[in-house]
Amino acid sequence: MSDTKRLKEQILAISGVNPRKCMKCGKCSGACPAYDEMEYHPHQFVAMVEDGRIDQLLASDSLWMCLSCFACVERCPRQVEPAHLIEGVRLALIRQQNQNHLHAEDIPPKLNDALPQQAIVSAYRKYSK
Amino acid sequence: MQVNEKEFKPLIVAFCCNWCSYAGADLSGTNRLNYPANVKIIRVPCSCRVNPMFVLRAFQRGADGVILCGCHPGDCHYTTGNYYTRRRMTLLFSMLDYLGIERDRTRVEWVSAAEGAKFAATMNDFVATVTRLGENKRLEDLRCKKQ
Amino acid sequence: MQRIGVFVCWCGSNIAATVDVKQVAETLKSEPGVVFAADYQYMCSEAGQNLIKDAIRDHKLTGVVICSCSPRMHEATFRKTAAAAGLNPYMVEIANIREQCSWIHKDKAVATEKAIILGRAAIAKVHLNAPLTPGESPVTKRALVIGGGIAGIQTALDIAEAGFPVDIVEKQPTIGGKMAQLDKTFPTLDCAACILTPKMVDAAQHENIHIYAYSEVEEVKGFVGNFSVTIRKKARMVDPVKCTGCGLCTEKCPMKKVPNEFNLGMNNRSAIYIPFAQAVPKVATIDPAYCIKMKTGKCGLCSTVCEAGAIDYTQQDELVEEQYGAIVVATGYNPIKLDQFDEFAYAQSPDVITSLEFERLTNAAGPTAGTLLRPSDGKHPHTIVFVQCVGSRCDGGKGKSYCSKICCMYTAKHAMLTREKYPDTDVYVFYIDVRTPGKNFDEFYRRAVEEYGVHYIKGMVGKVAPQADGTLLVQGSDLIENRQLRLNADLVVLAAAIEPDASARPLATKLTASMDTNDFFTEAHPKLRPVESPTAGIFLSGACQGPKDIPETVSQASAAAAKVIGLLVKDKLKGNPCVAHSNEMMCNGCSSCEKVCPYGAITYVDKEFRMPDRTTAIRRVASVNPAVCQGCGACTVACPSGAMDLNGFSNSQIMAEVDAICK
Repeated sequence: MSDTKRLKEQILAISGVNPRKCMKCGKCSGACPAYDEMEYHPHQFVAMVEDGRIDQLLASDSLWMCLSCFACVERCPRQVEPAHLIEGVRLALIRQQNQNHLHAEDIPPKLNDALPQQAIVSAYRKYSK
Repeated sequence: MQVNEKEFKPLIVAFCCNWCSYAGADLSGTNRLNYPANVKIIRVPCSCRVNPMFVLRAFQRGADGVILCGCHPGDCHYTTGNYYTRRRMTLLFSMLDYLGIERDRTRVEWVSAAEGAKFAATMNDFVATVTRLGENKRLEDLRCKKQ
Repeated sequence: MQRIGVFVCWCGSNIAATVDVKQVAETLKSEPGVVFAADYQYMCSEAGQNLIKDAIRDHKLTGVVICSCSPRMHEATFRKTAAAAGLNPYMVEIANIREQCSWIHKDKAVATEKAIILGRAAIAKVHLNAPLTPGESPVTKRALVIGGGIAGIQTALDIAEAGFPVDIVEKQPTIGGKMAQLDKTFPTLDCAACILTPKMVDAAQHENIHIYAYSEVEEVKGFVGNFSVTIRKKARMVDPVKCTGCGLCTEKCPMKKVPNEFNLGMNNRSAIYIPFAQAVPKVATIDPAYCIKMKTGKCGLCSTVCEAGAIDYTQQDELVEEQYGAIVVATGYNPIKLDQFDEFAYAQSPDVITSLEFERLTNAAGPTAGTLLRPSDGKHPHTIVFVQCVGSRCDGGKGKSYCSKICCMYTAKHAMLTREKYPDTDVYVFYIDVRTPGKNFDEFYRRAVEEYGVHYIKGMVGKVAPQADGTLLVQGSDLIENRQLRLNADLVVLAAAIEPDASARPLATKLTASMDTNDFFTEAHPKLRPVESPTAGIFLSGACQGPKDIPETVSQASAAAAKVIGLLVKDKLKGNPCVAHSNEMMCNGCSSCEKVCPYGAITYVDKEFRMPDRTTAIRRVASVNPAVCQGCGACTVACPSGAMDLNGFSNSQIMAEVDAICK
């Protein structure tokens, strides 16, 4: 198995997403509040993972622009759940870099009143597991 | 006792009602949905045609699992047949359990004529479950046993 | 001992590619009782059938086993073949080695082995087969059509034209169905009312058609050719014979704040109402949920103004029982409820509407008299966004997994008509795919784009948000331009998925007709018998079988009518000989079988029996009426003494099959 293929398998296993269910309707990208910040948009994430163009994704900032608001997960008519896939790509990258993961008990000291709740949740989802 | 070195392939007898499940089985064939060849289907007009004797006979003759498929409750072609099946088989299966034939070897499933995919999935799941349980030795008529 | 012939079909390569047909024939030839075995490319072809006929005659066969496709496909074919060669048709058994063997297995050795086992089971069964003769039953030469939309009307007209009486049962106060609510119809843009209302009048005036409007099917008994149906005529509180349909009562009625269902609640009607001007029958109906007289006992204004004296507040539901030979289901569809789709703000803004509501807004008989106005402020909308596939092709339980089929075309129609009537409006259509299979359909859609300048955008709308200025912010992606669009729209039209009418599921239970998981009625064969239900005598017309546009609905309606006529012209129907029978010597008179029989086919009779000591005794024994028995076999299992058995599926036959499989 090639590295790309293995990476794809890993991402699909982490995220539990089946990109082949995607019918390319673009509702995820239609719903995405961070669309304009992204080079690759949610629907492209799905297509690129399926096509094995994962290196491009890993190198792109788009990966970190997702707010984990889950609008795409909520609205996807085919239950592809792009946000989970994006998270899977993030985790695959973090694991490649051998970074330390975040634990639940590490969070309280890092909290800051100005931080939006959404960001805390998103960060935890990014760095945990 | 001889150890069977071949992979264990359970023998499954499936009773399918003519109107829903047999058509569902046909549909899974039409859609080329695979399930193991150890499932052999017997067509009956209605799941309520399945006499408990048939189930006992299957186990006696060496079946490792028996599954009954009928129309969904409320959709029986004969209005109420599958309700009888449900009650009869609940009793029969608990008796079989008492006799040492595990619950997982017997099953009643509702498969409509449109549920080819469900039929194949059910059969795959049932075969996997029975395979895990291994060969059925209870009730078996040793005279029928292949040497 | 039977003399059995085994015929193995290749079905071209369908069977032969995965099953070694020669080996199957060869192996089965050595089974006990088998005197002939052959294989052939297509057993169902004329040459194949001749092979069977010749073998029956030449080898004096008493039983035939055909290893081929499903018995649901060709059992009837091969039974006829056997009969043509002088063999009782019920001496034929099919081993299903295509749908249940060659098509699901890939390994040739495994599939061949299974085919042989299935063949053996069929041989074991044929050994115990006995010749059967079907009984005959008469045919009631009258048809029932359930649902009075365009499908039901067309079916009824065609059957009536052929000379058979037809009754239409419609649950609404008028026939007409969804088509009566539409404005124009694609792709020719005929006005729906102009082509529908003459048909409604034809139906009402036809001497062979009787319309039970405002009625529902209560109970269905019997079987093909001999249905007995109880119809509930709901109380209208108006005598339909006396009522002239003048409409004076609806004008004078003081309760005028009832949401008008015909206009989908976009305006109000009175408590006594006639749904629309061209209603058939044109008879007023009192809505008891809103009528002041019905609720408080005081008012009675309609009764005072009615010159015909048609108002009757004491009217009760009436049950009538009718006999029919055939039943046609034409229950139609409804747009789905959109409460699951918050992202489109359907519940939040009155300016987000469904396509059917849009249809009423543009209809000259609608709440705005045909002028397209925003429901919120009554102003002319300048930017209109159409969203397709709302709830269609959606597999998460929120919507429907299927394509609703009609939305692409009616959206193109709406967009085109809007641009034609109001050239100052900008019209956007967000689509996933534009699906236009149909005569002149794609040309129609292209005209909307090329001649009318409708903006088609490939991509789904993600969000609709009502703004403070009264507009609607529509955010969607344009997948081809790879950008996100934000439009300020005045009106958003959602192409909601369609689903079978809610009355279909309970009706299917009454008819014992099968349905799929989406509550569409199942056809007897998806390709070859698309207008018949697997339940004999039940036929399907229109969208109750699957999403359909008007041209397709009408063709299916006429096809169903042709099938009904084909049934009703027969004087006698051959019954199913696979019915239960009781061995009187074994019957102990316990009544178990009588209690489980869903058809009441079993009665108990007192019969004289000669006892061993030469005395006679009267015993109570079960007797099966073969004309009523449908052959489910519930009684055979309930019988504690083993007296009850089923022809064609006897205890010994099924046991033999079990034994053959487990050998």
